[in-house]
Amino acid sequence: MENAVSCAGLTKRYGSVVALDQLTLDAPTGSIFGLLGPNGAGKSTLIRLLTGQAAPTAGHAQVLGLDVTSAGMALSKRISVLDQAPRYYGWMRGRELLAFVGELFGLRGTALRSRVDEVLALTGLSDAASRRISGYSGGMRQRLGLAQALINRPEVLFLDEPASALDPAGRHEILDIIAGMRGAATVFMSSHILGDVERVCDTVAILDNGRLIVAAPLAQLQERYAQPVYELELQPGQDTQGEQLVAALRSSPWAGDVAVDHGVVHVTARDADAASREILSLVLAQGVALQRFERSRPTLEDIFLRLTDSAAEGRQAS
Amino acid sequence: MMDGFTVMLRKELLEAWRSQRFLVVGVVFLILGVISPVGAKYLPELLKALGTSQQGVQVIVTTPTVNDAIAQFLKNVAGTGVFVALLLPMGAVAREKEQGTASFVLTKPVSRQSFLAAKALALGVVLTVGVALATIAAYFYTALLFNPIPVGDFLGCAALILLSLLVFASFTFLGSALTQAPLAAVGIGAAAWVVLSLLGILPNVGEYTPAGLVTAAGEVALGKTPDHLALTVLVNLGLIAVALGASWLSFSRQELYARA
Repeated sequence: MENAVSCAGLTKRYGSVVALDQLTLDAPTGSIFGLLGPNGAGKSTLIRLLTGQAAPTAGHAQVLGLDVTSAGMALSKRISVLDQAPRYYGWMRGRELLAFVGELFGLRGTALRSRVDEVLALTGLSDAASRRISGYSGGMRQRLGLAQALINRPEVLFLDEPASALDPAGRHEILDIIAGMRGAATVFMSSHILGDVERVCDTVAILDNGRLIVAAPLAQLQERYAQPVYELELQPGQDTQGEQLVAALRSSPWAGDVAVDHGVVHVTARDADAASREILSLVLAQGVALQRFERSRPTLEDIFLRLTDSAAEGRQAS
Repeated sequence: MMDGFTVMLRKELLEAWRSQRFLVVGVVFLILGVISPVGAKYLPELLKALGTSQQGVQVIVTTPTVNDAIAQFLKNVAGTGVFVALLLPMGAVAREKEQGTASFVLTKPVSRQSFLAAKALALGVVLTVGVALATIAAYFYTALLFNPIPVGDFLGCAALILLSLLVFASFTFLGSALTQAPLAAVGIGAAAWVVLSLLGILPNVGEYTPAGLVTAAGEVALGKTPDHLALTVLVNLGLIAVALGASWLSFSRQELYARA
């Protein structure tokens, strides 16, 4: 199967609020698919629809080739979900919850016990396994959430903000676990932490206001929006030359945004080839002495902000 | 076979044990069972003693019989027990919806039918254990302080009382499935109790209500066969089925969200 997750014209309305608007996207099988978007973009709603927790107002979606509105148990046996704010039975111990979930998936006896031990070790919860969940910290709950989501070796794993409650070290570990699933399962994760998505995801979709802004492999996205950014750090005491350089850059047809921040000139190139040919000639022509000159690729954050800003401008204009 | 039912039932019973629901319900019913024959036996004597200590007060007390013990048993277990039956199921579904654990479990291979059925059965088990403890205690003390009653008659009486309590519990359970707030669930159960109690005093209708079941329970304990007993039992089983069916209809259509 080419796509593990597929939706077409998927719409969800709550009264007059459109949480998801005509969404059409595909997540390739075996990919780690990152769903990005600001708060209220519709990321959690999409995961709820894809996992059968809510019904769409219009459109349809398939996971593993099964229609999410009618597949029921046939689908839930093959997937797993980790909610944004996982809440479990506080009276249970960590190990008990995992055994309970494992039993729901049909695991019994030795197979169940060894799988519980495995996911406890994987998520670093072995030492806390005998403690009541009510005593777990937010980070431990999120680890437990990932552990319970892994217990059935899901073919598709839906993760809603899987690392949001974790400290940097914890986030690193959880992202490593997720990255380790590449090829073995499809991971469909939402996040507002762009660095996390950039680190583990190979395919990315950006949602804003319930609409899909873009969906593509991360590398392709970076290539498509690859307007290089040049940073020119001037040596101190060149205010006049600096102003002249900025004016010259702004009048160049290949330059996009030109901004000055603490003595560093940031130039976004509209035409990368022309910029690389001409930028240093301009510097020489103005007689500016540079302390540092750097060309960088746009980060996912640059692309995200650019796309969501232009989507917002488009909405205002209409 | 319903998906995940056995696993869910085990979880419900373990939760009832860990949360001390078994203990609390058991102790309450045990006390109700013990005080029924003990109260029937010693309350008149106590009242007499209190009355004679007051000048000018004459207290006439008849000798208590086994009928008084049974009347007390009905009053305590069926009457006071209603409050336990109304309160016990209030959080069964509502609290899981409120806390988000229902939506967590229902993303697993568990049908909503199994989820509800396991909860309803576990509640039935807890109430049955409570009524059983009350029955054993009441039977023992009635035999000790009065005369032994035929076991079959007393068990029949207890079964009818249990059925009346299950009717009220099933309406609170319906409330719990309908709402996301345990208190609202109790409100719905209490409303059903008021309506059924009012129907219970109507001629020709009352005998088929839970109140009619309790009256029949008293007759069964005394070795009599009440009129229309089978129909009364069927009507009350029907009420339970209606409440549970409505719970399922409502719950199967709900989108679940945890309260933020």
